[in-house]
Amino acid sequence: MKFTEEHEWLREEDGEMVVGITIHAAEQLGDVVFVELPEEGTVVSKDDEVVVIESVKAASDILAPVDGEITEVNSALAENPSLVNEDPQGDAWFFKMKISDPSQLDEFMDEAGYQKFIG
Amino acid sequence: MDDLKHTALFDLHVELGARMVPFAGYAMPVQYPLGVMKEHQHTRDAAGLFDVSHMGQVILSGPSWDVVARAFETLVPMDVLGLEDGRQRYGFFTNDAGGIEDDLMFARRGEDLFVVVNAACKEADIARMKAALEPEVTVTPLTDRALIALQGPAAAAVIAALDSRADDMGFMDLRDLELDRVPVWASRSGYTGEDGFEISVPEARAEGLTRTLLAQDGVEAIGLGARDSLRLEAGLCLYGHDIDTGTTPVEGALNWAIQKVRRAGGDRAGGFPGAAIVLDQITEGAARKRVGLLPEGRAPMREGTEVFDAAEGGTRVGQVTSGGFGPTVGTPVAMGYVDAGSAGIGTSLWGEVRGKRLPLTVAKLPFVAANFKR
Repeated sequence: MKFTEEHEWLREEDGEMVVGITIHAAEQLGDVVFVELPEEGTVVSKDDEVVVIESVKAASDILAPVDGEITEVNSALAENPSLVNEDPQGDAWFFKMKISDPSQLDEFMDEAGYQKFIG
Repeated sequence: MDDLKHTALFDLHVELGARMVPFAGYAMPVQYPLGVMKEHQHTRDAAGLFDVSHMGQVILSGPSWDVVARAFETLVPMDVLGLEDGRQRYGFFTNDAGGIEDDLMFARRGEDLFVVVNAACKEADIARMKAALEPEVTVTPLTDRALIALQGPAAAAVIAALDSRADDMGFMDLRDLELDRVPVWASRSGYTGEDGFEISVPEARAEGLTRTLLAQDGVEAIGLGARDSLRLEAGLCLYGHDIDTGTTPVEGALNWAIQKVRRAGGDRAGGFPGAAIVLDQITEGAARKRVGLLPEGRAPMREGTEVFDAAEGGTRVGQVTSGGFGPTVGTPVAMGYVDAGSAGIGTSLWGEVRGKRLPLTVAKLPFVAANFKR
């Protein structure tokens, strides 16, 4: 699993990257009440706003970690947004993407690096 | 955070694991480890304890109640003179344009008037009262008293177990009680739509009393996050958002707080700042009105969301002033101002969220029925 400074995680699965937010990010957000997911098939560039996530307190954007195409979204989150708090690094993945440039993954941290990053 | 003021309960909040945030110049707990959603539900189900010591507490005293009450009536459109000893009312200071300078609670305590004002406005409120009322009436800020609120269906039993005189207090009664040997002024009121008490306590005794209350069955510490969602569901205004210097009481749907005796034809009609405008609006209505707004989907509509009368095109008819998720309602809830023609309950409107028009309905306030002691 790779981690970004935007508190996202990426996990490779069947040649695609599964993307979600970290336990730390979910804790900071607080109770999530709404998740808006992108359309499947959307072509995105790194740092595009792809997901809107709203907690009781505020709205936040989740950015595309790399260039690529959204191949699948986790529609369970739209029905049950609190899944983000319950299992952020497991069942509460946001989307899967086919990535254009694997070298963009090189800058991301491993778990130990991320733990150090969040201090 | 270094230049923020601390309430008497600051150390206790930190000890309880609160996330502290700046609010009106104070470091205040926005949430505890329980989290906003559970804190909110706990307050509706049992009892929540809130530190509201950042609010301003002020005593107005003078040669007699009559003098104090008549003086205060020059600043607010409420019936102050008719208040019986030990009774409390909601009110607001108006300005010459009929706008609201702050909203407040006031209670008669013997010959004195006990006023509680918002933290962000308290310096201006005290200056306003001093300028208008002194020297005939003395304005004394109570800087050595904390204010804690215990709210929720279990609050009454908790307080009555400590002082049985709380038992027969009705909604908006104020009484001197002794809780765990601490003398307090308790009012049966609050900001959640639930039964409960606001308790003014000498600062030196505040932490001890708070620990005693937290040790009772069913009592949890609750932060400002849940305080906001509770008051929003209860349809209560947040000053600076839902009402401000540019909104009149009639626009703010607060006519109910202006008693007949201060309205046109009343014995003490007018005589407060902006009276001509406010009294005219009570008769004629205002061009816009604060209403409940219920989004139909799951997307919260936050403060600033613009409201339109059509899914495409149409006219902008208003704006959300408070909005978020209502944990008890289980859906997003909001309030805001809309043009009078769009203010009818059940009117279909649209809020523009991230460029998309999403449907909402003008709804009756409160979203959650009040649970006051009558």
